[in-house]
Amino acid sequence: MSTGLFLVQALNGLQLGILLFLVAAGLTLVFGVMDFINLAHGVQYMLGAYLGAALAAATGSFWLGLLLALPAALIFGLLLEVLIFRHLYDRDHLSQVLATFGVILFLNEAVKAIWGAAPLQVPVPALLEGGVVLMPGLQYPLYRIAVLCAGIATALGLWFLVECTRLGMLVRAGATNAPMVSALGVDIRRLFMLVFAFGAMLAGFAGALAGPIFSVEPGMGDHVLILAFVVIVVGGIGSIRGAFIAAVIVGLTDTLGKSLMPDLMRLFLDPSAARQTGAALASMLVYIAMAAILAFRPRGLFPARSG
Amino acid sequence: MSSLSRRAAMGGALGLLAAPAILHAQPAGGVKIGLIAVQTGPQAALGTQLRDGFLMGLRHLNGRLGGLTAETVMIDDELKPDVAVTKVRTALERDRCDFIVGVVFSNILQAIVRPVTEANTFLISTNAGPSPLAGRGCNPFFFATSYNNDQVHAVIGQVCEDQGYRRVFVLVPNYQAGRDAVAGFKSRFKGEVVDEVYVPLTQLDFAAELSKIAAARPDAIFTFMPGGLGVNLVRQYRQAGLANIPFLSTFTVDEAVLPAQQDAAVGFFSGSNWAPNMDNAANRRFVADFEAAFNYVPASYAAQAYDGAMMLNSAIRRAGGRLADKDALRAGLRAADFTSVRGNFKIGANHFPVQDFWLTRVAKRADGKFQTEIVRKVLENNVDPWVAECRMR
Repeated sequence: MSTGLFLVQALNGLQLGILLFLVAAGLTLVFGVMDFINLAHGVQYMLGAYLGAALAAATGSFWLGLLLALPAALIFGLLLEVLIFRHLYDRDHLSQVLATFGVILFLNEAVKAIWGAAPLQVPVPALLEGGVVLMPGLQYPLYRIAVLCAGIATALGLWFLVECTRLGMLVRAGATNAPMVSALGVDIRRLFMLVFAFGAMLAGFAGALAGPIFSVEPGMGDHVLILAFVVIVVGGIGSIRGAFIAAVIVGLTDTLGKSLMPDLMRLFLDPSAARQTGAALASMLVYIAMAAILAFRPRGLFPARSG
Repeated sequence: MSSLSRRAAMGGALGLLAAPAILHAQPAGGVKIGLIAVQTGPQAALGTQLRDGFLMGLRHLNGRLGGLTAETVMIDDELKPDVAVTKVRTALERDRCDFIVGVVFSNILQAIVRPVTEANTFLISTNAGPSPLAGRGCNPFFFATSYNNDQVHAVIGQVCEDQGYRRVFVLVPNYQAGRDAVAGFKSRFKGEVVDEVYVPLTQLDFAAELSKIAAARPDAIFTFMPGGLGVNLVRQYRQAGLANIPFLSTFTVDEAVLPAQQDAAVGFFSGSNWAPNMDNAANRRFVADFEAAFNYVPASYAAQAYDGAMMLNSAIRRAGGRLADKDALRAGLRAADFTSVRGNFKIGANHFPVQDFWLTRVAKRADGKFQTEIVRKVLENNVDPWVAECRMR
């Protein structure tokens, strides 16, 4: 493989990582701060994509759609929190998993009932059409570069919010020892609600951004959710910094694994077997990496909770 | 409750249970069709196409099949083989369906073949066409109005030969149907396969594969990416500026996913046994009425299901409406005495169609909708490669 191709693949990996981070950031906050397993985070990503698509179609502008999708996702997150999740905080993880899984089933079908089973189309905004030629014959779409920038900006913003503001301090304190924060007179329920709504909005933002690249269809959040869980477990639950680094690791491992594994296998096997085992191994690589990291750091790379 | 009254209650309950069964045993001049198609989950759009195609057929037949009033029982297989088997058993035993029709996916079809055919009930696949059922596993109670999977992939292999493409890049999902697609393609393509890339079925982003394609600079790519995978691939392929490399595919750009691919898919090629603009009277009527009734462009899933309804109608008429006379029904189905929307259509020795295969290309219509359109005929009167292994008992 040439250096040029390798660099392009690394960029592809970075970009997948950034997109995963946008989904995982909300999840790690909710899981870390509230110790609440929210399987429905993936459908919130899907909902963001659908809201973005529907609002863009209604207003005729991608940007307006994106802008409106954020408060819509936020309100929806609040609604879910008040109606369902609030009643689950004191229950054990199994009840939370069951209830949020139910939310997945319900919302997947609801989306289908409203928008139909066929995938939706979201056009790339005119401003970001076209691309940059990275190597002969291959364009890197401007839109993907924009997603990359948006992801990095979100990461920096979150870092600032969590590390340098009073609200962020409370969130970090909540992640470390929630009863203590509550005893010091902070309304932990309200904090939870805020964090949850904010997480839902982040997931919705990721979904709306993904619309022009991926197919917007029922169940689109389910694959993303699994990778997002890998990211937050590797990064350390509750840690934004950990989620960012883990997302980049997962993105790079997945992309480089897919492009290098079949070639690597060819050293030991005949070409056709190498292609298939290489592909199979590449899709396992993320999970192998997760197992390896957890073997050495059982709490992930940057654990938020020390006790 | 005393034992006497309990016995009386039990008797009453049994009587209630038995009553519907007695009613069903005498279908007074009617025929009951179990229509099985996936209606939930990400692939539901394909099942909807299939269902609407069959219902369109019934509408054109005034709700009658071979003179008998037709009743349709919808079965949602949920794309889960075990669920499909349970529901099909219910349709056979409780609902007393006379025929089972439909099925989008091969794995569902293979799960229900035995339960249906062992009940001496005809199973008519209007889409899935796995090779085992065309070869050694062919069955006197099984018919297909669609194709054998290998044939469609072979069409693209032949197209690459005809166009003189020497170096072709192959991209498929890493599961049985993906590997079958590669085998079918290679059965006719004799040039160099630059690289075969297998991606997981849960693949989100094709950036890594697209970079590989750009680096390999092939004459063309062959791909098989059904459903949402195809939507992602087609849009990202276009966005990466690779559209100058011919995009040849099977089950990747069709009317079920074109509403989401739109302009990104225009000019991309596909192998098929049908296209909405196929020029014959039966097809023009089918497409026009279908679009008027359901407000979307039909795909081959709908066309094959429509043909399925027509074929059933002709078979029941030939058997004089005697649903119990299985041999007469079988002879009627084999005769396939109806005008197919595909024009040239016969039933071969293994109960799979003998038909023409076409190269199609995605185009934008004057009304802004998208459809595949015929480019040229690739294979004529094509018989699937498995027929020699079929020993019909």
